[in-house]
Amino acid sequence: MNPFTLTRAETVEGAVRDFRDSDSPAFIAGGTNIIDLMKENVARPTHLIGLNKLPLNTIEPTAEGGLRLGATATNADTAWHPEVQCRYPLLSQAILAGASPQLRNMATNGGNLMQRTRCYYFYDTATPCNKREPGSGCGAIGGYNRIHAILGASEQCIATHPSDMCIALAALEAEVHVVGPGGSRVIKFEDFHRLPGNTPERDNTLEPGELIVALELPKKGFEKHFSYLKLRDRTSYAFALVSVAAVLELDGSTIEDARLALGGVAHKPWRDKAAEALLIGQPATTSTFKKVAEAVLKDAVGQGTNDFKIELGRRAIVRALQQATAGGKASDVFLNSNP
Amino acid sequence: MSNSATPNTTDSPALAPPATSPVTLRINGSDMTLQLAPWTTLLDALREYAGLTGTKKGCDHGQCGSCTVLVDGKRINSCLTLAMLHEGAEITTIEGLGQEDNLHPLQQAFLDHDAFQCGYCTPGQICSAQGLINEGRAHTEDEIREMMSGNLCRCGAYVGILNAVKEVVDAQTARRQ
Ligand SMILES: Cc1cc2nc3c(=O)[nH]c(=O)nc-3n(C[C@H](O)[C@H](O)[C@H](O)COP(=O)(O)OP(=O)(O)OC[C@H]3O[C@@H](n4cnc5c(N)ncnc54)[C@H](O)[C@@H]3O)c2cc1C
Ligand code: SF4
Ligand code: FES
Ligand code: FES
Repeated sequence: MNPFTLTRAETVEGAVRDFRDSDSPAFIAGGTNIIDLMKENVARPTHLIGLNKLPLNTIEPTAEGGLRLGATATNADTAWHPEVQCRYPLLSQAILAGASPQLRNMATNGGNLMQRTRCYYFYDTATPCNKREPGSGCGAIGGYNRIHAILGASEQCIATHPSDMCIALAALEAEVHVVGPGGSRVIKFEDFHRLPGNTPERDNTLEPGELIVALELPKKGFEKHFSYLKLRDRTSYAFALVSVAAVLELDGSTIEDARLALGGVAHKPWRDKAAEALLIGQPATTSTFKKVAEAVLKDAVGQGTNDFKIELGRRAIVRALQQATAGGKASDVFLNSNP
Repeated sequence: MSNSATPNTTDSPALAPPATSPVTLRINGSDMTLQLAPWTTLLDALREYAGLTGTKKGCDHGQCGSCTVLVDGKRINSCLTLAMLHEGAEITTIEGLGQEDNLHPLQQAFLDHDAFQCGYCTPGQICSAQGLINEGRAHTEDEIREMMSGNLCRCGAYVGILNAVKEVVDAQTARRQ
């Protein structure tokens, strides 16, 4: 790691001010991503601002009947929180499908949103990468791209966002509350992460120096019919090749409301509202689910090594919707997301 | 980018002397004041500065679990956190769990169940298992497998590890009832 100075912020205002007044600063929360990237020389901040003393680690109900998850609450504390388990089991299941118990004890909610891609070329400073070094090229296009995107990629970058938690947050339509030098604002979850386009160096729409203070979940948690299905090379402690968050609201066997979000397939959690709309008013049957799966993947493009993800994505959508129809069980939240 | 390192270029941060400061860590019940740079990980502080080499460095990237220690009773990977961020916290390493003449129940169970070959992953496995027991959520074999998945064993001693952890979890559960 390159040398850097370290301070520990006590207040949100102090953290934002420290960032504004420093050269090459970065926030550090759990450290599980940024320290890794600093060891690889991919991230090279010269000043780190520690967030783990900030009073942002609480989980509390909101006036609107939802739940506010503090940015520095750990992924473990969030996943095991009784309100999350009971009202938003999809989120609990998705978090527990990610990383390991040790990592989840350090990783924070804010850091999870901000984690960077696991693209091998992004990590390897000996290869070109437009995300790491704009204009240098993309090692993954035409390279080994098993973990890369099949939807929404650009000619500059085909990386995927690696988070599990974010796939559930996308399906639940959370809000991201941020504070920056210019004041505070709220970002809809679908507007938080972005597609690579011509500026793959930007993973999301947070401005430099803005601090995530909380995530807010709306009242509706789809606690009866949910599934987070994660497919990967081993059934624990591995990133998703394809994952699906599916939630349904049923009247008998008729679908009243539905949301689908895919992980491992794009630069951001992938939602396709036109495809989701095909579920509404339809019977919750495999033939309905297959139509929707076709629609979600209709524009998918393989990159060579990851062509298998297109069919895997279709089948994962059908399976996740079947599981959600059958109804998530509380016990599923523990031994979660295995096929 | 070339390797023509000019020693008198003083404005390059890479050439500046490491800015260390005293950091007091509470390790295995006693305070230790170490002279550390901000970039010293908790793992390096334990091994290289506190002389506690029981905690192992496997991957140094959060991918193997061999560096697992307990901070305020919670298991974490010490390779992906900075020592300075843990001032004031209660850190427990394998050296704090048991001693040669007074083995921790997990250490005894690992011996009884042949739960290692080379032993390199073992301190991390045992600290992780203690974290799992503190959490109190994993009871069945499947649950223990899932909640021990953050610890890899290159020798593949998983069957013994599972049996050792299960035995101690069962004994704890029986005691609580
Ligand atoms: C071996 C391994 C396996 C993993 N497996 C999975 C997996 O299967 N699924 C998964 O989802 N994740 C996985 N992860 C990733 C892990 O979830 C993330 O590293 C973690 O969530 C990051 O959170 P953190 O608090 O540690 O972030 P840090 O490393 O502290 O920070 C990450 C980034 O976020 C920024 N940041 C942090 N907090 C804030 C804030 N409040 N406001 C603004 N910026 C902020 C930092 O500046 C930094 O750029 C894995 C990680 C490892 C090492
Ligand atoms: S896919 Fe994106 S992150 Fe990976 S090498 Fe190409 S530009 Fe870099
Ligand atoms: S050395 Fe820390 S996880 Fe491998
Ligand atoms: S005993 Fe050798 S790595 Fe586990």
